[in-house]
Amino acid sequence: MIKHGMLGVTIVLLCGCASMVPDVKPYEREQLADPIMSFSRDTLSDQHRNHVFDVRESARGATTTEGGGCGCN
Amino acid sequence: MQRSGLLMKLHLLLLSVFVVTPVMAAMPSTGSPAPDFTLRTNSGINLKLSEHRGEVIMINFWATWCGPCRQEMPELDRLYQKYRKTGFLLLGVSVDDKPEAARAMAQQLKVSFPVLFDDRKQASRLYDVDAMPSTLLVDRHGVVRFVHRGYRAGVEKQYEEKLRELLRQ
Amino acid sequence: MREHSSAMRVTGPRIRIGLLLLQVLSAGYGLTAVEAAVLPEDRSDLMYHYYDGGGVSVSGPAVLVRKSIGDSVSVSGRYYVDTISSASIDVVTTASPYHDRREEMGVGIDYLHGNSLVTMSLTSSKENDYLADTYSINVSHELFDGLTTLSLGFSQGKDTVQRVDTSFEDQVNRYNYRIGLSQVLTRTLLLGLAFEDVAEEGYLNNPYRAARVLGAYLPERYPRARDSQAISTRLIKGFGSAARPLSTSVYVDYRYYRDTWDIRAHTLSLGLQRYLGDRWIMEGRARYYTQNRASFYSDNFPIEMTYMARDKELSTFQDYSLGVKFSWMFAKQRFLFINRASLNLSYDYIFFSYDDFTDPRTGELYSFGANILQFFITAWY
Repeated sequence: MIKHGMLGVTIVLLCGCASMVPDVKPYEREQLADPIMSFSRDTLSDQHRNHVFDVRESARGATTTEGGGCGCN
Repeated sequence: MQRSGLLMKLHLLLLSVFVVTPVMAAMPSTGSPAPDFTLRTNSGINLKLSEHRGEVIMINFWATWCGPCRQEMPELDRLYQKYRKTGFLLLGVSVDDKPEAARAMAQQLKVSFPVLFDDRKQASRLYDVDAMPSTLLVDRHGVVRFVHRGYRAGVEKQYEEKLRELLRQ
Repeated sequence: MREHSSAMRVTGPRIRIGLLLLQVLSAGYGLTAVEAAVLPEDRSDLMYHYYDGGGVSVSGPAVLVRKSIGDSVSVSGRYYVDTISSASIDVVTTASPYHDRREEMGVGIDYLHGNSLVTMSLTSSKENDYLADTYSINVSHELFDGLTTLSLGFSQGKDTVQRVDTSFEDQVNRYNYRIGLSQVLTRTLLLGLAFEDVAEEGYLNNPYRAARVLGAYLPERYPRARDSQAISTRLIKGFGSAARPLSTSVYVDYRYYRDTWDIRAHTLSLGLQRYLGDRWIMEGRARYYTQNRASFYSDNFPIEMTYMARDKELSTFQDYSLGVKFSWMFAKQRFLFINRASLNLSYDYIFFSYDDFTDPRTGELYSFGANILQFFITAWY
C-alpha cells in the first residue's frame, strides 16, 4: 500500500514538475519577482489578519506557503 | 515480496530520471568557445563580443529584480576599475524587460563598466543562463575559461584570481 | 473516545508523508545545479492594528524587524500587543465585561545552506490568564533551478490556561506538522499547496464560558484532545501589456479543514492586486468561510451530556468579508541606510451569521459585523 502510494506521488511529481522545468528560465522571472506575485506581500499584516480569523473560526492551519517567486529577489 | 521489489526498482528508476533531467541543458562549459552576440549598451552603441578578441572579458548576467546581482555589482566594479587598463573588459548583461530600469539601477549603483541590454533575451538564451546572476570569464582567444552561478560574498576573490591568471596568458 | 483513538490513527499517514518528503529532498540534493535559495529581504514593519465587532475591540501596535548577518544568516524579532476590551455575547450573558492585554514576542533565525533555508523560531505570548510558548522549525528546499520549493515544518506549543478569579490552572500541548509546495508554472503563474496537521491535548475550553442545558447554564465540558488537518491551494496569475509586462495579479485560495470534533470547513478567498502608476498598489479581496458544528455543540442541550459546548466558534456558521488595501511607495531612492519605504492602509469588513447560536437577550439567531483596520509603514534596507 505504502509503496504504491509513494510511487503514485513520485509519478505525479514527475509529470507535474519535470515537464515544467524548461519552461521558465531564471532570466525570465522578472514578473515572478514582483511583490504582487508573492504569496504574502506583507508578513506582519497577513499574520494579523490570519490571527483575527483564526480566533473566530474553527479552521486553522495551512495558511502560509513558502517560496514561490523567483528564488532571487 | 518480489512484486514490491519490482515496484521499488521502478520507483528508483523514476527518481533517477527526476534527478538527472533538469541538469541536461547547460551553460557553455569551460574550454568551449564563447557564443557571439551583439547588444546595445548604456552608452548607446552596439557592442559585438567577437570584436573584443584579445581582451580578457567577464560576462555577468544580472537583473534589477535580482537581490544577489545588485549586491555583486559594486564588487564587480572594483575589479573593473582595478584591471581595465590591463586589457580587461567587463560586460554587465541585463536581462530586464525594460532597459530603462537597468540603466537607472546602474546609475544608482554607480557602475562604470558597460551595461548591455538583453531585453529580448537573445544572449541569455544563447548562453542558456540557468542561474541569476551568472558570471563567465572569456580568455583572449574567445574561449570560456570560468563559469560561476549565483553570488556569495567573497566569490569576487575567486574571480580576481582567475582573472589575473588569464591576463598573464 | 474517538478523539483519543484518532490521534493514533493519523500517525501512519504523517510518518509516510514525512518519509516521502525526505525522499524528495534527498533527490534534490542530487542535483548539480548550484543556484541557491535566498534569505528573506531585510525589512522592518511598524503597524497599528484595530478590530471591533460583536462587542469586542482589540487594538495595539506590532513591529517586525528583520536583518541579515553575512550572506547565510538572517535574524528577526517580533513584538505584538493586543489591548482587549470585551463585552461580547459570551460575557454579557454569563460573565462580566473585561479588559485585558496580550503581549507576544518572537525571535527567529534563518540559515541558508545551498538550496535549503532552515528557519527556527520561538514565540511567547502572555495575558493575565493565558500563557503560550511555541517553538518552530521549518526547512524549505528549492528544486529545479528554483522553480519548485518544498517545505517541511514542525511546531510545538505549550499553553497554560488560568482563571483570574480562582486558582484554576491547566495545560494545553500542541503539535503542528506542515508540508508545503510552491511551483512556478509559467512566467506569470504560480501554484502553492499546503498541508497542516494540528494535534492538541489538554484543557481546550474557555474556563469562563458556559453551556446551556434546558435553559440553565452549566460549565462547558470539552474533550481533552483535538486533531485537525487542513489542506490549501493558492494560484496567483499575473497580467500585463507589452508596455508593462505586469500590472495586475489575481489570486484564488481554497482551504479544506476537518477535525476530530466533526467540524468540516471551507474557506475561499479571491483577490486582485494592481499597480496604479509606479508608486501605488491597490488590492481588493473577498473571502467566504463556512463550517458545520462540532459533534458536542448545542445552543440548548435537551439533556446533560459528557461533552457540552456552547461556543459560537463551534457552531454552524458562515462569514463573509470584503477588504481593500492601499500601498504607497513614498520613498524609492536610497536615503541614509534605507533603500525604499512604503505606507499601507488595509481594511476588511466581516459579517458573521450563525445558524444555531441564539442571542439569549432576544431569542433570535445571532449575527454581527466586524471591522479590521491596519495602518503600517515598511522600510527596506
